[in-house]
Amino acid sequence: MSPRRRSEVIWGLIFAAPAVLGFMLLKAMPILFSLWIAMTDWTVAGTPHWIGLANFQKMLTADPIFWRSLSVTAYYTLLSVPASMAFAFFLAVLLNNRIPGLGIFRTLFYIPSIVPIIATSVIWLWMYNPDFGLFNSVLRLVGIPKQQWIFNEGGVVPSLVFMSIWGVGPMMIIFLAGLQEVPKELYEAADIDGASPGHKLLHVTLPMMTPTILFNLMISMVAAFQTFVQPYVMTNGGPNNGSLFFVFLIYRTAFQDSQMGYASALSWVLFVIISALSYIIFRSSNRWVYYRGGDD
Amino acid sequence: MSSIEDTSFRGALINNTPGVNSRRLAFALCCLLGLAMATPLAWLVRSSLMEMGQIFIFPPQWVPNPLALHNYPDALTTVPFEAYFLNTLLVVIPTILGTLVSCSMAGYAFSRLHWPFRDQVFAVLMATLMLPYVITLIPTFLIWSKLGAVDTYVPLIVPNWLGTNAFFIFLLRQFFKNLPRELDEAATIDGAGIVQVFWHIILPLSRPALLVVAILSGLNAWNDFVDPLVYINSAEKYTVALGLSQFVGLYTSQWSLLMAASVVVILPVVIVFFFTQRYFMASITMTGLKG
Repeated sequence: MSPRRRSEVIWGLIFAAPAVLGFMLLKAMPILFSLWIAMTDWTVAGTPHWIGLANFQKMLTADPIFWRSLSVTAYYTLLSVPASMAFAFFLAVLLNNRIPGLGIFRTLFYIPSIVPIIATSVIWLWMYNPDFGLFNSVLRLVGIPKQQWIFNEGGVVPSLVFMSIWGVGPMMIIFLAGLQEVPKELYEAADIDGASPGHKLLHVTLPMMTPTILFNLMISMVAAFQTFVQPYVMTNGGPNNGSLFFVFLIYRTAFQDSQMGYASALSWVLFVIISALSYIIFRSSNRWVYYRGGDD
Repeated sequence: MSSIEDTSFRGALINNTPGVNSRRLAFALCCLLGLAMATPLAWLVRSSLMEMGQIFIFPPQWVPNPLALHNYPDALTTVPFEAYFLNTLLVVIPTILGTLVSCSMAGYAFSRLHWPFRDQVFAVLMATLMLPYVITLIPTFLIWSKLGAVDTYVPLIVPNWLGTNAFFIFLLRQFFKNLPRELDEAATIDGAGIVQVFWHIILPLSRPALLVVAILSGLNAWNDFVDPLVYINSAEKYTVALGLSQFVGLYTSQWSLLMAASVVVILPVVIVFFFTQRYFMASITMTGLKG
């Protein structure tokens, strides 16, 4: 090995060392540790005992809260992912026109997403206020009776979905970048064939956008499954566990009830669900995602 | 008539007339949706400047009269926001520095230097991007608590010095990779070592990318809620995000104060955003296209 090559290896290892160390100490080791904790009855004060799969057995057979939390989270994900993707796509299509004030609109649509989630939760808590909030005031103006929004077991998840739509900025920008990559010739060809705008959207834009859709789908699914701040700040998981999001349940179990073992087991369930869904979406993608060959 | 003229003529004909209409429609929809998207923020600012009496009037009013500017000093003294502000800076600044140091070093190692298993190691680091944060939250908390670091800023800062946000490594690696190789080769011929190339050539050329990383990591630290919630117990050590959430519990009915406090938490973010919008958008596009 030449001296130059050797010093490259040495410096390569040195430069990568912090990140590799961080991975080992703060990712790999905790993951293994967490798997072990999940097999114990660890509470912060006591000594942990190995109990094998008892935590998992308990949640699957004897813990209705677990199923409740899982269904709340799945329900939210199922609603918020398509809703926010559709809205982000719609905004991106609008911004892909040559209209006056384009930059202003882009900023306007994007800004809500930079608001810290904690502040977003506070603002929407106030807007959903049943007595003096914005939404009920508007409804009252047009003569519709008061709604309970997030303070109603059936309304809380849809209300939080509606709120999530406010923060689609990054997704919109990614869609917009995708739209601008669609070759102009395809639209010109479609025009020559006399295609209507609807046809072009369905048969040119959508197929060409499928890689971007796949990316946004993955990211938003993973994020939706990990919703935490909204239930923590706005609803405390209620009413009647109607917004008991899974990560909120994990937090409560670990840091309020000090059930570290059970909480770790719960987090492994979440990990497995997210991984499985990502895998399924990814595997399905060769059926519906169109990749342009060659130019990548 | 030749076929080329024919197509361009028809293209122009079909493109222009409906094009104008659809652009008008797009503009109208943008105005409508822009108004809708701005409403929560307008509601926030308006509420933050109103007396409690005016906030509860029906139908809701949009212009504060009188202008209750005192809500701001009131909100900032009801809860010691000034201290929270300083606390947050104590986290944000070391976070930015640590992220810049560790991630630019890693980015350099993964893009410009050759060493065994480099690409495999990189792939493993990138895989952590898909990892849900809760899976490491509990064990990491237990480790920090064994080390006696709970209720200090150490657990909030140290991970950033160890490049745990793989996205920033990815971003810098992409940027470094695209810098022309000839520059380091020329420097090497002139006798520069690997560290000198990094310091005198790669880093100065990468200012835009480093700026993006600095902004995004700073905002992440400013906005972070879960880690401070888990690690910080003493009220005098709260960050602004944590302070705001405690405010909600304590003064739920004081909406004007709560809104004033929210404005204070949001304002620095919005200011940073306005000055660096270009970089913001570019970095988001990068996540999407390379993902």
